[in-house]
Amino acid sequence: MISQPKTDQTDRDISTVTDRIEIRDVYKIFGRRKEEALALVREGKGKSEILERTQAVVGVNNVSLSVPKGSISVIMGLSGSGKSTLARCVNRILEPDAGQILLDGEDYTKCSDARMREIRRRRISMVFQNFGLLPNQTVIDNVAFGLKLRKVPLAERHKKAGEMLETVGLSEWASHLPGELSGGMRQRVGLARALATEADVLIMDEAFSALDPLIRTEMQDELLRLQNTLHKTVLFITHDFQEALRLGTKIAVMADGAVIRDGTPQEIVIDPGHDYVAAFTRNVDRARLFDAASVMSEGPADAQGGRFVLNDAGEVAGWQAPNGEAMSDGYLAVRPETTLIEIAGAAARRRGPIAVVDAEGKFRGRITDEALLAGIAGAKETMKGSRTDA
Amino acid sequence: MLDPEEVYIPLDRWIQVGIEWIADHFRPLFRSIRWPVDELLNVINGTLEAIPPLLLIALFGGLALWLAGKRTALFTVVSMLFILLLGIWLETLTTLSLIATAIVVCVIIGIPLGILCARSDRAWGIIRPVLDVMQTTPSFVYLIPVVMLFGVGTVPGAVAVIVVAVPPLIRFTNIGIRGVNEELIEAGIAFGATDRQLLWEIQLPQALPTILGGLNQTVLLAMVMSVIVAMIGAEGLGLVVLQGLGRLDVGRAAVGGIGIVLMAIILDRLTQAVAERDPRASSGKARIGAALSRLFGSGHRQAEGKLEASLDSKN
Repeated sequence: MISQPKTDQTDRDISTVTDRIEIRDVYKIFGRRKEEALALVREGKGKSEILERTQAVVGVNNVSLSVPKGSISVIMGLSGSGKSTLARCVNRILEPDAGQILLDGEDYTKCSDARMREIRRRRISMVFQNFGLLPNQTVIDNVAFGLKLRKVPLAERHKKAGEMLETVGLSEWASHLPGELSGGMRQRVGLARALATEADVLIMDEAFSALDPLIRTEMQDELLRLQNTLHKTVLFITHDFQEALRLGTKIAVMADGAVIRDGTPQEIVIDPGHDYVAAFTRNVDRARLFDAASVMSEGPADAQGGRFVLNDAGEVAGWQAPNGEAMSDGYLAVRPETTLIEIAGAAARRRGPIAVVDAEGKFRGRITDEALLAGIAGAKETMKGSRTDA
Repeated sequence: MLDPEEVYIPLDRWIQVGIEWIADHFRPLFRSIRWPVDELLNVINGTLEAIPPLLLIALFGGLALWLAGKRTALFTVVSMLFILLLGIWLETLTTLSLIATAIVVCVIIGIPLGILCARSDRAWGIIRPVLDVMQTTPSFVYLIPVVMLFGVGTVPGAVAVIVVAVPPLIRFTNIGIRGVNEELIEAGIAFGATDRQLLWEIQLPQALPTILGGLNQTVLLAMVMSVIVAMIGAEGLGLVVLQGLGRLDVGRAAVGGIGIVLMAIILDRLTQAVAERDPRASSGKARIGAALSRLFGSGHRQAEGKLEASLDSKN
């Protein structure tokens, strides 16, 4: 066990730490005979055997995960997979039974109650599946809840809460009760409440799962929009793989309390690595998930003898067909982050070779028709896993 | 063989001796318990009697109107006028004081105990069987130990009323707090609430309707018991009934009974109305919050207006 020094926390240079939260070897056991069950699970005994021998349920089984700064990390799993338990270990609503959880390098699993409250009040906030709003308090008081616990004066906390309501577009509803709002609006209140404390870590536990599909998509867009300006570190829990793909910079798939696969959405779809994960990836709409960079080939020339002509600055000047005929247009140019469905749409309207060009206009590669179709169909040997952020 | 006529375990003797021993050795303790009840009773009774009857009726009518609406207000005023005209006004006030005293003490004892039970399974494990016994024991059984420990009269009567009326309040407080939505508790913890904040900001406000339901039960039990304690010399409407019975004066007993029924209905309607009120109307804080947010909203708009005006003038 590495114990963190209690002193000089403020002097520590945290700029070198890119993981805001780091979960190390965390276990959570439910039941009376925890020690016994913990010993058994460490020996590698199965969940059902441990249940039979100790009446204890393994909630989280040896999970290590890092949550990078400013990204949305998704934990995806079906009910009973331990994802919500893990999320509750992160803000210690549930106490992990073994392992460490680090916030900017500080292990807070053994810290004092006062320190933990401080972390919850200022650093880690949470959004709940069924909103968790106080039904007898107005919307603005609900948003100001975290600040009230911190004993921020009324006027100040209402000012802050008012700003947050504006951010989520509910200023008009400040003096209403949560019961008068629709589900989507209530969750916006929940989100505003979590943002009001200015915590940089947000735990979102099935935050959109209780909403209608259309509202859910709307809220996902809202979260992505907010994330563009706020750059919070989000730990998003969901049972919906599509949602995970849509939101996640990284996805960890959990089953039976353990993480069985983690990586970027593209990595997981290309190589599920596990039958259980493959069952989710089978129906993924690859054309929307993958971008030009993932199906692009290097170099300006193709096998048929056609080639892109580049100028000195590395920009595309034109296209030379296999028969030697040169043309200055008649080709398509796409960005590396353009999705396959957009490329396919453009290609259907206008046939021609496809060049991948970055934001400065420099040539990056080309996409063959075969690669495009293979990418959409999911033939994995043709694809690269990385999402390019050019 | 065991003789069915014979007593082998003289439990009655033991209890007798035990209570006598307690009465002898803890007299100062019981005196000190008696004191605040006595004071409270006197203050409440003195206040009620000092108010002119018609004014008091008007006050009750107003209270009923505010809490429960026109119909209950009308019923309250008519019933109390009727009681006044029946000539049992002072007895009714005494009963009312007895109940009010008991309610105050019940709230002081019952709600903290209920909170304790909700927070600690061990405390609930101890208190629950005690409540079971207390609630199944016929209420006049309490009269004997109360007489031995506290003597006779209205104050010991109030003590007996408290003992009988407090269990539902403890139970309902416990149930109310335990029944608070788990997600709300988690929300409290997740945003850094201390135990005390969790109790005051979340558990008590959420459990309030249930606790007030318990209070309604407590009030009705206190009403019933306030009649029974006439047997140990407590004054009030119960004594009217008891005297009527003693003298075979059916008319007098019936008048006392009518007074009791009318008071019981009034108290029930009023306490129920408190329990069932619209959460927004009952929460003064929420109203202040709403008012403030309106104030802020308009302040905001004003500032924006000024900014626009100044931009306009520059152009």
